[in-house]
Amino acid sequence: MIINQLSVFLENRAGQLSEFVNILAENNIDLQALSISETQDYGLLRIIVDDPKAVEAVAKEKGWLCTVTPVLAVLVPDEPGSLVSILDTLSKSNISIAYSYASLTDREGHACIILRVDDNEVTEKILKDAGIICE
Amino acid sequence: MANYYQKDIETMSRDKLHELQSERLVAQVKRVYESVPYYRDLMDKKGVKPSDIKGIEDLHKLPFLTKSDLRDAYPYGLLAKPLSECVRIQSTSGTTGRRVVAFYTQHDIDLWEDCCARAIVAVGGTNEDVCQVCYGYGLFTGGPGLNGGSHKVGCLTLPMSSGNTDRQLQFMEDLGATIICCTPSYAAYLAESAIEKGIIGNLKLKAGIFGAEAWTEEMRHDIEQKLGLKAYDIYGLTELSGPGVSFECEAQAGMHVCEDHFIAEIIDPVTEEVLPMGSKGELVFTALTKEAFPMIRYRTRDICVLNDEPCECGRTHIRMSKPMGRSDDMLIIRGVNVFPSQIETVLLNCGMPANYQIVLDRVNNTDTFDVEVEMPSELFSDTVAAISKKEKEILDALKSMLGISPKLKLVAPKSIVRSEGKAVRVIDKRKLF
Ligand SMILES: [Zn+2]
Repeated sequence: MIINQLSVFLENRAGQLSEFVNILAENNIDLQALSISETQDYGLLRIIVDDPKAVEAVAKEKGWLCTVTPVLAVLVPDEPGSLVSILDTLSKSNISIAYSYASLTDREGHACIILRVDDNEVTEKILKDAGIICE
Repeated sequence: MANYYQKDIETMSRDKLHELQSERLVAQVKRVYESVPYYRDLMDKKGVKPSDIKGIEDLHKLPFLTKSDLRDAYPYGLLAKPLSECVRIQSTSGTTGRRVVAFYTQHDIDLWEDCCARAIVAVGGTNEDVCQVCYGYGLFTGGPGLNGGSHKVGCLTLPMSSGNTDRQLQFMEDLGATIICCTPSYAAYLAESAIEKGIIGNLKLKAGIFGAEAWTEEMRHDIEQKLGLKAYDIYGLTELSGPGVSFECEAQAGMHVCEDHFIAEIIDPVTEEVLPMGSKGELVFTALTKEAFPMIRYRTRDICVLNDEPCECGRTHIRMSKPMGRSDDMLIIRGVNVFPSQIETVLLNCGMPANYQIVLDRVNNTDTFDVEVEMPSELFSDTVAAISKKEKEILDALKSMLGISPKLKLVAPKSIVRSEGKAVRVIDKRKLF
């Protein structure tokens, strides 16, 4: 499933993350997933929420630098080896992953993995064809 | 069709202009020698008498005057008129610890305002215009100079002074300002704010006169595009009167020096040798008509080039380039000379905003050199790889421009403090002595 992710630029100073998370709390926004990439001088916060465009608007209003990007959410059975088979399939098809992290899902017995690839449609089709994605 | 404020003077033949300059120089040197002991000492030390100066061809015989002379003679040592004839002072901010206090007679103010009026007419100003002056008023020369020039042209003058951006924009919109005078960094800030407020389409600006700060061609294009006007440069120093010593015409190709009042020379800053037309070097000015605070062969510390080719606008006065650096602004980082304007050029070329700050420190006897740049939203990405690519592009360009590598730090938009007067571009925490 292709979903929208919100990315936020965090300056490398104390309190930046909590400042941002506070905005979510103030607006009653549930976090389904969160990941942070950090470099020496800044951090990139990526989150999955119900309505990323609305959160983007609120955050921009408050002066945060953010952007919405479509990413691939992959639902796999919560069992050993399921991540390996995704990675194998993608590497065989020469698809590289910019980043990946886990997200919550309410489907029992399953895990949700967020993948950032160049072409979501093509990647989704490859994974479906390999029987990896559960609908 | 070019317009002139003082056509006879601005389009005077070179021969006549030289005649006028010679006549004025001879009289000024004689008067200053007789009335200012400080100048008399300088000239005596160099073995020059007023009678040795018969025309501009003898200018090179005169001693230079430097900023340190101004400091030594502070406050009254260079005064050439009794205080009873002086009506005003203006002063520099003194941020470099060298505050300049300049004195004016009414006649001095009159001529200074003439120069500013020439600048306003040169950008198309007439008595139909609404001229918003958002340079600081008070001790700073920017506000008073352009204000006086605007009056002389007959523009409806909005004496806004600096700051209070909301009010600036409201007056600009409500009163239909057509000409704006301010620092280039404040113009960029006003543009940004007008876009944010959604009123940019309601503005009627046609020309901007932007000076008192180093800026680049890239910044000019950026401001022109955003504010929908033509951006013109103006130059001046408090020591010499203020803005209007030179100004751009519609050709936007160098600033015409008001040569009936100021003789410009370019010298080698080390050997003090006068360089031929077209050479790059330190700009030296001799004020020919100033009464209270004369400046003879004053070393400006500004590095630039003069151009005596005829200009399409019809003005015969020579043009000076934008100062390419100023020894006061020049930073020496790890032994390399760096001008903030070089960094600005690189950033704008890379599509970054001109909102940057240079932070210098010294750790373990080595200079640290950080350039903080605000990340514009168009360049933001969800992947580190994409941002790193941009960072590398900027770093490579900085390295090739400067010869040394700074550390680049991307910061959030609007996190670098904007000043409404001059931008603070450099924070030097090094304890150099
Ligand atoms: Zn011209």
